[in-house]
This record gives sequence, C-alpha cells and structure tokens, in this order.
Amino acid sequence: MSEDRYALNKQLAQMLKGGVIMDVTSPEQARIAQEAGACAVMALERIPADIRAAGGVSRMSDPKMIRGIQEAVSIPVMAKCRIGHFAEAQILEAIEIDYIDESEVLSPADDVYHIDKRKFKVPFVCGAKDLGEALRRINEGAAMIRTKGEPGTGDVVQAVRHMRKMNSEIARITSMREDELFEEAKQLAVPYELVAYVHDNGRLPVVNFAAGGVATPADAALMMQLGAEGVFVGSGIFKSGNPAKRAAAIVKAVTNYQDSKLLAELSEDLGEAMVGINEQEIELLMAERGK
Amino acid sequence: MKIAVLAVQGAFAEHIDKLKRLGVDCIELRQRADLEQDIDGLILPGGESTVQGKLLQDLQMLEPLRDRISRGLPVLGTCAGLILLARKISNDGAVWLGTLPVCVQRNAYGRQLGSFHTEAEVKGIGTVPMTFIRAPYVESLMETQDGEALARVDGRIVAVRYGNQIGTAFHPELDEDDRIHEMFLHLCRKNSAR
Repeated sequence: MSEDRYALNKQLAQMLKGGVIMDVTSPEQARIAQEAGACAVMALERIPADIRAAGGVSRMSDPKMIRGIQEAVSIPVMAKCRIGHFAEAQILEAIEIDYIDESEVLSPADDVYHIDKRKFKVPFVCGAKDLGEALRRINEGAAMIRTKGEPGTGDVVQAVRHMRKMNSEIARITSMREDELFEEAKQLAVPYELVAYVHDNGRLPVVNFAAGGVATPADAALMMQLGAEGVFVGSGIFKSGNPAKRAAAIVKAVTNYQDSKLLAELSEDLGEAMVGINEQEIELLMAERGK
Repeated sequence: MKIAVLAVQGAFAEHIDKLKRLGVDCIELRQRADLEQDIDGLILPGGESTVQGKLLQDLQMLEPLRDRISRGLPVLGTCAGLILLARKISNDGAVWLGTLPVCVQRNAYGRQLGSFHTEAEVKGIGTVPMTFIRAPYVESLMETQDGEALARVDGRIVAVRYGNQIGTAFHPELDEDDRIHEMFLHLCRKNSAR
C-alpha cells in the first residue's frame, strides 16, 4: 500500500463524518437505509443480534449477497471479515468493497495476529476499547476507528465506556511532557510517532466513530456529545418496529445532536425499540475479541 | 466577512479549519434557524450527497438556500457540494439545489479503489493539488453564458464557475493549497462590496 492510498483511505472516512452507517442484510434494507439518509451501509448476512442468538461460527458474508447490495445503492458499501482472516479480506478487496471492517462481531480467525492492513489497497475500519488498541490497529494500517461497544445488545453502556476511556487517555497524553511520550509508547505497545501525533493534536490520527449498542436517537446524540465523529447502528434499526422512521430519526439526531428540542421531536412515536440485553445478561463479550 | 458552511454531514470541519487559518469568520448551518444570519458566502462540503440532500429537504433548508444562491449569494461546492448544486445528475434522478447549469455524473471514477490524487491547472490560479474521493465529474455545461470550465483532468471537466457559483469535483479542503478558497473569498468580497 502506498502512502498516497492510505491518505485517500483516511480521507474517505472524513467524508463519512457526521453520518450514520447502518447494518443491512438485503438490497431491500440497503435501499431503506439509503433513503433514510445512511452515509454508508455495512452488508452482512446476519445482524449482530441474530449472530448472538444463533451462536456458532460466524464468517464473512456471501460475496454475491454483498454485490447485490453494491448494485442496490450509490453510497459506500462496507463488509466485515473475521479478525486475522486476511484471505476473507482479499476476497472483499477483489469485489471492490469500499471499506472492510475487521470485526469482533464475527468469530476471530486468529487469536494472536490481526490482519496486516498495510498490504491492502482498500481501507479498513477496526474496533477499539481504548487508545492502545486504537493506535495498534492504526499502526497495522486501519484508516478509521470505531468503539467496540457491545454489538447486538441495544445496550449503549460499553460504547460509552470505550469512548470515555479513549478520550481520557488522549487528554492525559496531551498534557504530558514530551520526554514522557517514549515511555507511554512503550506502555501502549505502539510506535512513538503515533503517541506524538496524539500529544500534538489531541485526537486520533484517523476518524473515530461510535459503535455497538446504539439503538435510539438519544443514544446517537449521547455518543456525538461524547466526541464521536459519527455513528454505526447495527441491530438497532432493522430489529425495531419501524426501521425507516427510526433510521431517519437517528440520522437527524447525529446532525443536530445538541438541539434537545429537536431530539425530543425525533424520539416521538418511533415504535418499539429493539429488545435490549443488559451487559450482565450476556454470555459472550464480543468486545473482548482482539486486543 | 462571514462565510456559512453547510454542516449537516461530511467534511465541513476541514473547510472551517481552512477558513479560520485564512482569518475568515464562519458559521455552521445545521438547521433552518441558522439561515437567518447575514452571510457573505456559502460552502457546501464533501460528504454523501444523498444524505446532505435529504437532510436539507427534511430540515426545510433547500428552498431558502436555493433562493439565496439564485439571488447571487457566492457559493463553493466541493464534491458532494457540486452534486447538490448541479441542475442534472446523469446517473441519478435526484436534483437538489439545481442552481448550477451543469450535468454531473456521481461516483464517476467508481468505488474507493478508483479514488486518486493528482495535480492540474485551474484557470487563473495555476497548478493545484487535487484529491478525488469517490468523486463525480462534470459531463457537460448546459449553458455557455457567464460560465466556464475552470479545470480538466484527462479531458474531463472537474471544476466550473457560473456567475458566483464555483463547483469542484475534488476536495480543496483536504490539501494544503489555499488558492481555490482564496479565489472563492475574492468572489465573496467583490459581491459584498457591490
């Protein structure tokens, strides 16, 4: 991957900012998402809530199904591969996917190594629970970061925890003396240059979205106020009573996340939200996959 | 001088950073009430045109913006912004503001693997860096009066000006070079002095 391609890939993420990326499982859902104002869609066979319910090994989606979604919409199409499964990533690159999510939602294929994302021309987004994870993924070539949250639960608590953790670590590094950054780089197990970037700029070197458990316009506004640059909504939309209406409301909530009057209007009459599972009730913590 | 940047979705922060560096005041347009302020120019940033267009419609900002651009408010549209301004989109039925008499093609260079960076001549200001991200290009100019192609890459039109409207298929907000923004600010100053 040339430096130039990496710059272009980070820049595509910049174009997605202030937007909502929605999980879809069919061309029909993709069209609903686009009409509701999604800035990109994530094509997958089963949304996280169903993956959780079904159990078993969960893998990359059928390329034919992904292609059907690419043909159905004009916005960028993303797809997931398993952590460490570079062959799945190669297949997704071959069908010209716009973004690959090396995702903890699927069963990990490698319990030690993540994909060397620098080898690819297409961009990658990766999940992170804290700054160290985020910078390690960026060092491997990720062009965009999202919080892991806890997918398929409709419980926003972990996305909040991960975003707050990242923010407080960034603030701590920003206030460090320059000679302390070398030790910090050692502690986080990342190159000094990435820590120095965070110190000088007070932010990650790539765009950072919220993901995992966002189910309502208020959840989306909460994550934006906590500093997310945009939001992924997985199961929250198509597991709810009125997907089109809820999707459009979340899109508007992300744009006007500080206008509580508008948020009140947007939250009205959305029908049933997805049935949530509290974090204490789940047996599988997907966020613990890949460190 | 005060410039408004449409901030419903996309890379608006990059435009605002650049304007601030150039010493220009700016405001964000996120809803209809934000349109009540006096402004000297408008920037429509990159992002997803379907999202921005839909939000403009739903937030009832499309009509008032179209009205002001038609009455001569200087506007710079980059990438998705160019699509919002275009009178015709050849591969999409939608028309959003429709104030700029050009026909554009969306995602004209294909998916993300088709995104690229290059340099080319822009009329009046010289060679500038150009970043194309899932970019459109201008297929044709629909009027020739008071309008012109400002730049071409591989024979395709990638920047146009009609009266006080400038549209670029690339993203001047992503590169260090300030000359496209300076050209636009010059237009704003001239218009406000009138």
